[in-house]
Amino acid sequence: MKIRTCLVALAVAAGLTACGSSTGDSGTVTLRMTTWTANDAHVKLFDQIAADYKQTHPDVTVTFDALPIDDYTTALTTQIAGGNTPDLAWILEASAPDFVSSGALEPLDGSIENPSELTPAATALWRQDGKLIAYPFSTSPFGVFVNTDLLAAAGRPLPSAQVASGQWTWDNAIAGAKAVAATGKQGLVARDFDYKTWDNLAPIFDGWGAQAWSADGKTCGFDQQPMVDAMTFIHKAIFTDKAMPAPGVAADFFAGQSAMTITQISRASLLKGATFKWELVPLPSGPKGKYAVVGQAGIGVLKKGKHADAAKDFLKFFTDDANSAKLSQYFPPPRKPQLTAATLAKTNPTLTPAQLQDVVIDGISTGIVKPSHKDSAEISQAVRSALDPLWKPDANVPAVLAGVCTAIKPLLAR
Amino acid sequence: MKGRFWSGKRRDQLAGYLFIAPQLAGTVVFVAVPLGMVVWYSLHEWNVLADTFTFVGVDNYRRLADDPTVPAVLEATAVFSAGLVVFNMALALLLAVLLNQNLRGTTVFRVVFFSPVVVSLVAWTIVWGFMLQANGGVNGLLAAIGVHGPNWLRSGGTAMASVIVVQVFKNVGLNMVLFLAALQGVPHELYEAARLDGASRWVIFRRVTLPMISPTILLTSILTVVGSLQVFAQIAVLTQGGPGTSTTVLVYYLYQQAFQFHAFGYGATISVLLFLIVLALTVLQWRMRRRWVFHES
Repeated sequence: MKIRTCLVALAVAAGLTACGSSTGDSGTVTLRMTTWTANDAHVKLFDQIAADYKQTHPDVTVTFDALPIDDYTTALTTQIAGGNTPDLAWILEASAPDFVSSGALEPLDGSIENPSELTPAATALWRQDGKLIAYPFSTSPFGVFVNTDLLAAAGRPLPSAQVASGQWTWDNAIAGAKAVAATGKQGLVARDFDYKTWDNLAPIFDGWGAQAWSADGKTCGFDQQPMVDAMTFIHKAIFTDKAMPAPGVAADFFAGQSAMTITQISRASLLKGATFKWELVPLPSGPKGKYAVVGQAGIGVLKKGKHADAAKDFLKFFTDDANSAKLSQYFPPPRKPQLTAATLAKTNPTLTPAQLQDVVIDGISTGIVKPSHKDSAEISQAVRSALDPLWKPDANVPAVLAGVCTAIKPLLAR
Repeated sequence: MKGRFWSGKRRDQLAGYLFIAPQLAGTVVFVAVPLGMVVWYSLHEWNVLADTFTFVGVDNYRRLADDPTVPAVLEATAVFSAGLVVFNMALALLLAVLLNQNLRGTTVFRVVFFSPVVVSLVAWTIVWGFMLQANGGVNGLLAAIGVHGPNWLRSGGTAMASVIVVQVFKNVGLNMVLFLAALQGVPHELYEAARLDGASRWVIFRRVTLPMISPTILLTSILTVVGSLQVFAQIAVLTQGGPGTSTTVLVYYLYQQAFQFHAFGYGATISVLLFLIVLALTVLQWRMRRRWVFHES
């Protein structure tokens, strides 16, 4: 195994020294954690936690290596294949089943402080045979950020008022987006969807009770009626109402280019110093009533990393009660005692207690996790490819969705 | 007479081998070893995450033969290569002939057409990605003359055409310069003789110029074919193989399998197929040269 790793390193000319058996200078350890955020505020907080850890562990240095989220899992596995395995790694919910079942990660039982505080909903995806394989440091609900300046200019009621009066529905959300789009700005942006990362449409189609596949992962859900209805709605919003940016049209809510965006609350940090007025509301209610969708991220300790024990110890510190509270301003924690509006408000200057209660706390307790599956990259690619014909004005929605199921059935059955 | 072991001939041979040793060592380490390893990997199932590496014999090759996506991938690869080679060579030759005239300002045009060659490939492609967006620069220009442009990178036919054109403009300058050099190497006496014989410009081009530059055409066609089969960055940046699988060429499919789906063994198998295709096409071109390349008959 070691020979092969070295050969790979040789083949990619990526450092012959990696083949040596040296473990660095006596006693000093450098841990590397791969993340997908290069956001200044996030990085500052991580560096602060690492510096705090160094106070009690002067021989341990922790570095954070931000990889672009689009190719995050690809970059991570390439690093592992090349023998440049990080000690700790963030893991996206979509690839959680692959990582958890692979045996690549160290079980974390015993290296998490007060594990009884973790909510079962948050840890479900990260357990195998009763063992916690990765720590779900972020259970982040999707919400709708609204540029209230643009809606007011288009003469539309504010979503927060519609929430209060029980009128915050998908139909009304699209009507507001359509009105703003008619003024030359863009309407509603499903962030990071870009007609490729289709699972970022889950915050919409879950409102119809649609699911990509059944809970056991065996049955395709794309050709079921709820998905057909939801996708028909989305298709109409894009091509008839022009309420969502068309394929190939770039629009950034946080640069003031669109009326609304669906994204996770960790993006709130992008609104520091925003030049427009904004608000955060829960997802609109769909035909199935009120619902919430969460994205999850875990941290795992890689067995192939050089300092697995040191990494576990740092993870224990990184996720303990005190640091979990600090991280909660961007990454909603899995710890029950911290999931109150009052606690979150202490560390969360950008959001109001009401927003925290409506979007974060209610979202976490009732949220459906974004789709995940074993071999998720391959299935996602097959879905993306089969969905492409949908993104045309004259698409036959049920036929395209039936095609998605034809494409992924063999993969789901594997 | 019995010669010493280190005869003059032996000495010369040793010196020769020593001179090529550095190059040879580099080739072995960076070409032969990885090539052998790719074949070795293709006989294994290698799951990076689970850290398993098991010998599976020809299973990956069987999978390749049964893979329902492979025909579409091969078709996309063939369309891309054919489109690129024909368009690139024709345009390069046309530009070279035009810029071979003794006119003012040809140097400027030569520089203009050659400059994309020295631009970073990814930067070039990203800029084109912006230009080809639905609301991008290309459609803006089209709108100015009253044409409603398509969504270039998102619909089947135009996505492939866009990728080809972006790649042609990137590299046409290189072939153009090679053709220019070849054109300037054609002896003037031949043109003069042809003109005295009353040949038209087209006949001169067809019967004098083309045969005289045919060795360069062979060289550029081999380089362009091999390069076209290895296209990756443009696809990764512009279309990610879509829409559908319409621009998923072999190298991009290899990348998906190995690096996105974690099937490194299968990815290696695809690269063996790619190697064989490139090898076969190159051998074919080399064999056919006797038929049409001047100096070779």
